[in-house]
Amino acid sequence: MRVMAQMSMIMNLDKCIGCHTCSVTCKQAWTNRSGVEYVWFNNVETRPGVGYPRGYEDQDKWGGGWVRTKRGRIKLRSGGRLAKLARIFSNPNLPGIHDYYEPWTYDYDMLINAPRTAQTPVARPKSLLTGEDMKISWSANWDDDLGGSLETMQQDPILAKMSEEVKAEFEKAFMFYLPRICEHCLNPSCVASCPSGAMYKRAEDGIVLVDQDQCRGWRMCVSGCPYKKVYFNHRTGKAEKCTFCYPRIEVGLPTVCSETCVGRLRYLGIVLYDADRVAEAASVEDDTALLQAQRDIILDPNDPAVIEAARAGDIPEDWIEAAQRSPIWKLMQYEVALPLHPEYRTMPMVWYIPPLSPVVDVVTGSGNDGEDARTLFAAIDKLRIPIGYLAELFTAGDVAPVDAALRRLAAMRSYMRGINLDDERDERIANAVGMSGAEIEEMYRLLAIAKYEERYVIPSAHTEQAHALEEMACSLDFEGGPGMGGAGPFGSSSGQSVPVAVENFHMLQNRQTADRPSSPGRVNLLNWDGNGTPDGLFPPSTMGDVRPTGKRKDDKDKG
Amino acid sequence: MTALQIVLWVAVPYAAIAVFIVGHIWRYRYDKFGWTTRSSQTYENRLLRWGSPMFHIGILMVIAGHVVGLLIPREWLYAIGITEGIYHLGATGLGSFAAALTLAGLAILVYRRRTVGPVFLATTVMDKVMYVFLAVTLGFGTLATVFYQLLGPGFHYRETISPWIRSILIFQPDVALMAEVPLLFQLHVLSAFALFALWPFTRLVHVFSAPVGYLFRPYIVYRSRDAVRGARKPRRGWDPVQQPNPQRLHGL
Repeated sequence: MRVMAQMSMIMNLDKCIGCHTCSVTCKQAWTNRSGVEYVWFNNVETRPGVGYPRGYEDQDKWGGGWVRTKRGRIKLRSGGRLAKLARIFSNPNLPGIHDYYEPWTYDYDMLINAPRTAQTPVARPKSLLTGEDMKISWSANWDDDLGGSLETMQQDPILAKMSEEVKAEFEKAFMFYLPRICEHCLNPSCVASCPSGAMYKRAEDGIVLVDQDQCRGWRMCVSGCPYKKVYFNHRTGKAEKCTFCYPRIEVGLPTVCSETCVGRLRYLGIVLYDADRVAEAASVEDDTALLQAQRDIILDPNDPAVIEAARAGDIPEDWIEAAQRSPIWKLMQYEVALPLHPEYRTMPMVWYIPPLSPVVDVVTGSGNDGEDARTLFAAIDKLRIPIGYLAELFTAGDVAPVDAALRRLAAMRSYMRGINLDDERDERIANAVGMSGAEIEEMYRLLAIAKYEERYVIPSAHTEQAHALEEMACSLDFEGGPGMGGAGPFGSSSGQSVPVAVENFHMLQNRQTADRPSSPGRVNLLNWDGNGTPDGLFPPSTMGDVRPTGKRKDDKDKG
Repeated sequence: MTALQIVLWVAVPYAAIAVFIVGHIWRYRYDKFGWTTRSSQTYENRLLRWGSPMFHIGILMVIAGHVVGLLIPREWLYAIGITEGIYHLGATGLGSFAAALTLAGLAILVYRRRTVGPVFLATTVMDKVMYVFLAVTLGFGTLATVFYQLLGPGFHYRETISPWIRSILIFQPDVALMAEVPLLFQLHVLSAFALFALWPFTRLVHVFSAPVGYLFRPYIVYRSRDAVRGARKPRRGWDPVQQPNPQRLHGL
């Protein structure tokens, strides 16, 4: 047993209202740069729907993830090492930028600078690839809230697996939101696909990162990831991906997407797992057995043997303690959380609590009591369509675990209603789903009212190392890397690295002038970090000669 | 041996080689982040799907041919039974095929670069300069092969250019060997050295990143945060805090 710690996330889909705040704040923090205009490290897709990039779940087309060979081992779906090198000059599985969408901006300038005309000026969309006028025809959320789904829904790879009549019924029956980030898999196929060895899994917390110094732009990770969560920066020619906001995690802060989630549906914590058994678990024969195999390699942090092995594996004491308090471990124990597409055999570590609300909506809509346990259980049994769809997403098609999770959520709903309305703790409801009343209340606490410290249990990187964190050879702190802008002598990506913490003059200047708007002398407020007084942002000073103390010259003269 | 000859066949090659070597070291130290293929496949794949493999496989064949023709003395080849006739047939036949493949691939790629909007906008000045020198080198080489080897009587570069190259590499340059070489070959050699001098400052550096190590490493790469941190020497004033070593006190 080799115990390793993994930083992971669970999202409670019942609470997601599809507001995209996570996507927007993530974009502001990480991909608000040219070259990654089309990139959303965090995106929220409406399901059923085609997702982003379009139809990414169709692995017959994209060749992402692993498959099991006849000999019982796993290999990369799009071919092993030799096959990868043979296709290095042109990767046949690489999504084009139009599979995501063509990024654009508007010439907002025209709204105020257009010459006097009879018509009201409009801001036309301009392609960020060519700078020319374009017709916007797709984006990351084109089918948001099922908009236009009558036309596009047939392209949903999950629906394609289900029967025709199901498809027709879908739109009125069922809809939910699926926020997605990088899965930070235990068995990452992007890492395995990288010819340069630039992608790696951090030994301390399992976060999967791209070393920007070592990436050579071979593009195999982009096609190797079945979730399509590694992106190609078309300006710098390097791969970029969700970093699990590791600079924040290291100091004990939640990721930006979690921090800003208005539904408070995200949980962060570490789990301990047995690294020696990952390959074995990823190669079990049956796709539907993968969920259990993954649950099996995740270790109980309260087990003395595990604690012993964790200490032997140099996992710090406070990390073991954090693993014991981890909401992730608790939600996995309740078996209400499920991984996204375990059949890709990457052992993803961002899990989801499937949404019960579509079921409740149907029950309530039919005039029945949406919080009565028996009605809900019956509805879960009867509503095979949403259950089947959820099973295709979370359990490789096996409805039993989805069923069990939804029943527990339904039981919790009824049990808590009993407490609130009738002042009665009905143990039978809890027992029907194999839990005790106390357990249900505990789960309710975690799902409904858990505070910040309970939702995000993040052991910080160690204080004795903290001085180095700021200045570590961060894989992102480059010209053109996240958070920076500007160009070096060999195109947009070149030049030496600049320390993260040092706000030097050039960096500030770059940031204030990068992505400059079409009219000079104006500042892109999205890029402005609040430092300095860029031209055109403030009205001319009326203060006259201001001294560093802020006092006026003549004040002193008087005093 | 005129001064011009010495400049052309001693000074220029050594200067180019020096720039090539020092340039790569400098670029690697200064600009690891810019060391990339700068692939434009995400913009356009229909043309690239053909052009890129054609060009790359062709140029790899061309390089292999040059290694055999220039660096390996013909006596060695005779020794393993490759006679002049077999060599000529192989070199001219395979060489012409490789040249055709490379040039066709390059033509597709240049056409693509010029006509596909996003690709054209992503082209740097260095890219354009590099394309000129690459195309000129390939062009002279192909012309020389066509005129002398295919249509003409055949020029025995293994008696002149090859020993000269080897004389350069062992630091005993023999200028006289290049004096009588036909102009097309001379131009090919000179443009190639110009390309070498340019090499470290272009995207061609990706040649030295050919991911051969991928064949031998385990699939999943783990790295420690500490190891990453140590990859760069801490700047002055950011040294890790360390406990004073009491041994040093006792040593006083």
